[in-house]
Order: sequence, then C-alpha cells, then structure tokens
Amino acid sequence: MSRIALTEGDFRRKALRRQYVPIGSVLLAAMLALLPIVATAPLIPDIAFLLLLAWRLLRPEVWPATAAIPLGLFNDLVAGHPIGQSMMLWTMVMLAFDFADSRSLYRDYWMDWFFAALAIIGYVLGGWAVAAYMGSAAPVTTMLPIAAASVLAFPLAAQLALALDRWRLTR
Amino acid sequence: MAAPQIRRPGFSRRAQYGLFLSYVAAVAGIVVAVLLLILAKLDPAGFNAVRGAALDVTTPIASGGRKVARAIGNAGDAIGDYFRAGSQNARLKRELRATHRRLIEARAAEFENSRLKRLLRLSSELPDAIATGRIVSSTFDASRRLATLDAGAAAGIRIGQPVRGPEGLIGRIVENGRHASRVLLLTDGSSNVPVLLVRDGTPALATGRGDGTIELKTLEVGRNPFRRGDVVVTSGVGGVYTPGIPVAIVVTVNRDDTVARPLADPARVDFAIVQRLYMPSATAPLAPAPAPAAAADPAAAR
Repeated sequence: MSRIALTEGDFRRKALRRQYVPIGSVLLAAMLALLPIVATAPLIPDIAFLLLLAWRLLRPEVWPATAAIPLGLFNDLVAGHPIGQSMMLWTMVMLAFDFADSRSLYRDYWMDWFFAALAIIGYVLGGWAVAAYMGSAAPVTTMLPIAAASVLAFPLAAQLALALDRWRLTR
Repeated sequence: MAAPQIRRPGFSRRAQYGLFLSYVAAVAGIVVAVLLLILAKLDPAGFNAVRGAALDVTTPIASGGRKVARAIGNAGDAIGDYFRAGSQNARLKRELRATHRRLIEARAAEFENSRLKRLLRLSSELPDAIATGRIVSSTFDASRRLATLDAGAAAGIRIGQPVRGPEGLIGRIVENGRHASRVLLLTDGSSNVPVLLVRDGTPALATGRGDGTIELKTLEVGRNPFRRGDVVVTSGVGGVYTPGIPVAIVVTVNRDDTVARPLADPARVDFAIVQRLYMPSATAPLAPAPAPAAAADPAAAR
C-alpha cells in the first residue's frame, strides 16, 4: 500500500483510522474473552483493561474518562461479569490517572509501569470484591497469580499500544 | 519526560467548565454502575434479557473455534503421555489389577441392589434430560467461574437447572439467552452442592474455591471423615441436583479442610446434559405464614 494519501477516499480512511484504532483495539481485546478456552482458575490477564491502561498512559488525549463507561459496559456484557463491574472499575481507574497526571511533575517508563501496576492490583482486588459481594466465597489469594501475570503482561500491552499508535498515525 | 499537561485547560472558562462537566459525568457513570451492581445483587435474574441477548450474539464465535482448541489440548496431552509411557504403563497395570477386584465386588453389589430395588419397587429412572449442548468457553480473567453452553431457552433450558457431563456434575444454569446459556461451575466461590461421601454416606457441602478446586465441609465438627481418593456424589438435599451424580474426588486432606477436584473437567467434556430440577417444589419459596398468629400477640414476637 502506498504511504501517500492520493485520493479523497485515502484521506477519509486515514482519518477514520486515526480516530477509531484506540477504541477498536480495546473492543477487540474485550472480545478475546470469547476465545474457546475453558479455564477452571483465573489465570489470563484482562487484556482489554491492560490495553485501555496502555492507551491512557500513552495518549491521555485520545479519550476522556467518560469513555470508560460504554467500554466497560461492553466488556461486562461480553465477558460475563455482573453488569456495572468494569463500568465502575475502569472509570475509577481513568479518574485516578487524571488525578495522578495533575499532581506528578515528570513521567518515565518505570513510573508508568509503577502506576499501571497499582491500577492493575486495584482492578483485580475490585473484581474480587464485586464477586464477593455477589456471593462468591473464593479467598483473595486465588487472585494473586492473575494480579502478578497482569502486572508482568503490562509492558507487552504497552508495546502493542505503541505499535498500533505508530500505525494509526502514519500518513 | 515532563508530565503531559493535557488536562490543564488554561484560562478559558469554557474549557474549564467542559472539563469539570466531563468529571461530573464520569462520577455519575460510576454511581450508575454501582447501582447496577446493587440491582444485580438484589435480583440476580433481572438483567437476564440484556445479558442473554449478548450471550446469543457472542456464543457462535466461541463455539466455532472450540474444536480447534480441543484438538490442540488433546495434542498436548498426547505428547505428555508419550514421554511418561513407562511409568504410566506400570501405573495402569496396577490400576487394572485393582479394578478387576472391584469389578467383581461391584457385580455382586449390583445384583443385590436390583434385588432390593425390586423388593422396594423403587424406580431407578433418572429425571429426563432437557437438552444437550457443548461447553464452548468460560470466563478466564475474573474470580467468577462461569462457562458458556451453546443451548438456551429455545431448547427448554431455564435458570437454576443442573448441568452434568458423562463423568459427573458440572454446575447449574445462572443465565440464559435463546440459543446460549451461562453455567456456574462447581469451582465458583458461590457454588454450594450438598453431597454424600460414597464410602460411608457422610453428608457434606461442596463449596467452590475459585481456583479450580472444591472445598468439602462436613456438617458436624470433629474428626475429618475424608481420605485421599474418596469420591463424593450429590445427595439430593435441597431438591436441585438428582442424587447420585458423581461430583468430586478428594485430593488433599488436612485437619480441618478437605480439598477435592471436580470429576468432570468442563474443558474436556464433549457434551453437557441439562437436567430438570430434582424436586422443583423444594426450591419454591415457602408459603407465607398464617398472618393472624403473628399479628395476634406482638409482645410475644419480640
């Protein structure tokens, strides 16, 4: 494919890509929950959430905190969480990052990972708390492996968001 | 790198108000989400229409790829078996000898059983299966253990019905769409199944632990009756599960907790059978108490 936009159609396509790649990638990642894998223990990180975090840290301007509400609703419906779980937790995480951005003076890679790790641990514990509220008696230790896996998987999600961002912004 | 200042709108009043309103909207969204969660807790079947529709739309994707995933899983097992051939052979021979002995005992027991049943004129019929389906996917990132079954209300499946595989109990239906439904697996933390220890009939409760295992709790305190390798079956108490469905095998026994593994692995079962409730009247709400007796003497009620 030529990298130069030649026609009106090219321009339109590239504008669409610039606008919808972030949201599309998170929706697609949420649909990974439909993979035909039957797991009896929670092990695989919530990739949609990791990607949302990565986009939020990479490009704070692509969406406001309110965007997490419809995205969370979609994730709840697809992944089978109680409706409201991801809506609540994702929006809280976005607000927390807005707050952190308004206070922090500088950012680097390790800081990003540190804040992402805090957010991931909060998210996993929040998911556990919602499940407990819904009547599950699973001990909180069952969530430790998935919390660790998610924290370690975050750099991969960040790389993926970065690659998608470069593709999105090619002219 | 300097922190991005994207959320500082500068001196523009309009931009400041816009930002403030977006935060108000986000907080309102959180409040709505919390209310939705509370509603879901108070009325678990309340959003079934929405959730069932989402299930119907998404299940074909999962059921299409299930065959591939199963083939990959089986190939992995085959490779493992190849490497363990020697030790496995010895173990299987041991098991075969033991099984032969058991088989003879079982034949004798079966004969006696049928004789006793004839005496009692008991019917040994199982409640009919309502539908059969395949388990096509499951939640894998949440603390809830839910699996998706590719049959729904169109096949007669209703919320609450038990689901079993050929090897044993899988769980019960918690949500249904037209063509798909969600199964609460035995290993979920909110799953409680009344069971019996096959060896001596001790009643117990099998509660999921959320990590692929089940905890067995006896109803009396004191000596732990379980031994490694014991099998528990449903007891029929509560009226949901038909008695006699194999549930789990004990893997570790400690002083006060017993951990078991479900016999039916939802990742492996080819077909899941949805059964009728064992005794539907037992799960129906109790009839209201006669009002005059309660209202007659309020002092006694306190």
